Amino acid sequence: MTDLLDVAQRIVGWARDGEQVEAFVVRSREVEIRVDGGDVEQLSSAEALGAGIRVIADHRQGFAYAGSLDEDGLAEVLDEARDNLTFGTPDEAFGLAEPDGVSPADIDTYREALATAPTDAKIALVVDLEQRIKSGDPRIRAARYVDYGDSISEVAVATTTGIAIERRGGSCSVSAMSIAGEGDGTQTGFGFSVGRTLDDIDLEAAARDAIERAVRMLGARKPSTRRLTVLLDPIITAQFLGVAGSMLSGEAVLKGRSPFADRVGEEIASPIVTLVDDPTVAAAFSAATHDGEGLATRRNVLIDAGVLSGFNHNAYTARRTGTASTGSASRGFKTVPGVGCRALQLTLGTKTQAEMIAGIEEGLLVQDVSGLHSGVNPVSGDFSAGAEGLVIRNGQLAEPVREITIGSTIQRMLQDIVEVGNDVDWLPMNAHGVSVAIADVTMSGS
Amino acid sequence: MADGDNGVAGTGGVVIDEAVLKGTLTAALRAGGDFAEVFVEDTRTSSAVLEDGKIEEVNSGRDRGAGIRVLAGDTTGYAHTADLTESGLRVAAEAAGAAARSGGGEARVADLSRTDAAREYTPEVLPETVEKIRKVEMLTRADAAARGSDRSIRQVMARYFDKRRRILIANSDGLLTGDDQVRTFFGVQAVAAGDTGLQTGGRSHARTMGFELFDRVDVEEAARDAARMAATKLDARPAPSGELPVVIAAGGGGVLFHEACGHGLEADLVKKDASRFAGLMGEQVASPLVTIVDDGTMGSEWGVFAIDDEGHAARRNVLIEDGVLTDYMWDWLRSRADGREPSGNGRRETYQHLPMVRMTNTYLMGGESDPDEIVAQTEYGVFVAELGGGQVDTATGDFVFGTREAYLIEDGKITAPIRDANLIGNGLDVLRDIDVVGNDFAMGRNGGMCGKDGQSVPVGVGQPTLRVARMTVGGTAA
Repeated sequence: MTDLLDVAQRIVGWARDGEQVEAFVVRSREVEIRVDGGDVEQLSSAEALGAGIRVIADHRQGFAYAGSLDEDGLAEVLDEARDNLTFGTPDEAFGLAEPDGVSPADIDTYREALATAPTDAKIALVVDLEQRIKSGDPRIRAARYVDYGDSISEVAVATTTGIAIERRGGSCSVSAMSIAGEGDGTQTGFGFSVGRTLDDIDLEAAARDAIERAVRMLGARKPSTRRLTVLLDPIITAQFLGVAGSMLSGEAVLKGRSPFADRVGEEIASPIVTLVDDPTVAAAFSAATHDGEGLATRRNVLIDAGVLSGFNHNAYTARRTGTASTGSASRGFKTVPGVGCRALQLTLGTKTQAEMIAGIEEGLLVQDVSGLHSGVNPVSGDFSAGAEGLVIRNGQLAEPVREITIGSTIQRMLQDIVEVGNDVDWLPMNAHGVSVAIADVTMSGS
Repeated sequence: MADGDNGVAGTGGVVIDEAVLKGTLTAALRAGGDFAEVFVEDTRTSSAVLEDGKIEEVNSGRDRGAGIRVLAGDTTGYAHTADLTESGLRVAAEAAGAAARSGGGEARVADLSRTDAAREYTPEVLPETVEKIRKVEMLTRADAAARGSDRSIRQVMARYFDKRRRILIANSDGLLTGDDQVRTFFGVQAVAAGDTGLQTGGRSHARTMGFELFDRVDVEEAARDAARMAATKLDARPAPSGELPVVIAAGGGGVLFHEACGHGLEADLVKKDASRFAGLMGEQVASPLVTIVDDGTMGSEWGVFAIDDEGHAARRNVLIEDGVLTDYMWDWLRSRADGREPSGNGRRETYQHLPMVRMTNTYLMGGESDPDEIVAQTEYGVFVAELGGGQVDTATGDFVFGTREAYLIEDGKITAPIRDANLIGNGLDVLRDIDVVGNDFAMGRNGGMCGKDGQSVPVGVGQPTLRVARMTVGGTAA
């Protein structure tokens, strides 16, 4: 196996006088298995690799990439990046990250046991999941998919500014979408489990979620339009936090695309909201030692007891705004680094979801949302999403409802958070999941 | 990107010898199997991004590799590699063969015979022949036009993107074919600031053609349009909430049909019993005003190609005719099981992905009504000038899509702009609730990307002005 850091450093060694060069090199191995009727329907296994090269000279920036690591090809990519640079607009703030003395967290998400797990064991795992789902309830009619997937990736970053890092990590997951039917009604339910090795996978939980979420929605009706308290299931909260986090990126702020741009020090959320982005937490699915520019990741407090305390930055957005990178550069090998959240976390409350439900007189437990990409505008903050879930009446779960939307704005929703649960769950996303209750949301139905 | 000499067999440049292809297929079937396929792809892209008044990113890239698929019984094995040498292909072939786990079959590789499909439109100006400075100029012109058109414009982002994708497909049935797909995208987004906060407007143009796109579209006009949309929305009221009639402007909302029935008519989902349209062939599933077509041959539209990613010619397929369900869309795997011809809908994002059933350009055909009359005959409702993306659960048929530019209709007239919101409906209900269809058919211009099972492919949509008698609008106003 080629050592990725060697490749990255060799590229950086080709830099000419007056040039800054950064090489971002990745390699990943992935296995995907889909089963149907106890047999493998699809099994895909592959290694993917690539390199992105950034060149900065005369305050201009150029970039190019290739999906291979052969040496002639990489030299061409560097030349291409140099050529692209000549068309960029000069900007004094362009520049690579520089070592800042922050030590990387002592975490390692790579597991040899995953790297060496036999394919048969992975197949057996997902066949077992399918069996559990299809035999778990007579109302389960079929499955849209029952999948296993794993990924082991290595990243190396080297620069002429003295960065030379390598990290590797891995994860595996099972996921399933069940289809339940009764009479005319059809409902679907999603279940999954993630881990670092096959032993971490909780088949029972994945099967239970896939079954329960579909079955309990049978007979769902469209309710009438009204305002109420919504209780977001952990997986929905994670998606909500992802959108909110994107509005707290230094890039959005710098480009005039964030409604929170001028509000540092102001109360932008309920006082019970403390939101941090901390990829150094080993339990986080996306935990990592370094960001996309090779700086150590760190704990960044975005909202402290309701008060906006700061934004995430990469080297460029930090320089433009006169601050330091927060180790939040996010990227693949095909683009220059952006700014992103990696492991958003709310300070937890004390109650389980069941205890939270008991305290809600009229509400809606939201178990699924759709159209977040089309109905949420991270610039204006307008929030409108398709939803389904269960009505909460007098502290108890009542009838299922579907074909509704929930609407508000992100700004209002942050202010209207009335309770955060203690049922934290790490998900394959850039935020953890936890039950959250938000007051005064419009539920649109008939 | 000056060297245009690195293609794959039949498209100029690096040719993969027929004997190597045949040897690869033979290696893939060595341990057994019913079918093997090699998909080779060579993609070059170039892009530029302007934001904050600056050309921030000029990017170019190259990806090439091959994916090898082996079928044995009901099992598909797949492996891919970026190594296109004979030995690299052989390693991938053996991995794909092993993944199929020799579930039987003793297929042999037929002699390869080359056939290519015709295309309606041939790109005129290949992107690699255009100087980068001309691509960048499109962005600076757009920036100036957007900023100059309205004082409320605080930010402008413009993006240029081109992609030349050459593919070669050979399979054990003896098929050997290829395609050379050129796509060009230009988009501009404006942010307006006012007392009510920030609002966005966007306009893009996307075609399966080369740089001649800019002979046909005016980047300044697109930029002014994006700025107008953002500035208009500063005065927008909260969207209504509840069930209302919805009128959608011609070319502004074909995504409705993409979500309401397109995905549900994909044969892979139908066969998994994951579609509300399963078992409804020949039945009246929509208003008689509704005829829906998926057409991969449609000129230079965004979802066009000569052959699909399994080597079958693109076709025009009528899915719903006068409200009656007439066909699903098929990939090779599903059509083979049903003993029918593929419909040219087997697509994949890259060589790293397995093909599956995907749409091409999906549209509702024009009707007979005067579009102005449709609005005039609507007492109160929502007029959607432009929809954004959407999402559907095909098993239940419930779908959503977001508005990007929408207005209230009051007393038969288009009045105040409303803020972005999702609309939600159920596919079969909405198809039945279409009560007027205009005579002003237009394809959408925006160049959408459709996601399914983690793969993204370019698709086109279109429709005339039409009305849905009632849909749930997800705003916040009572």
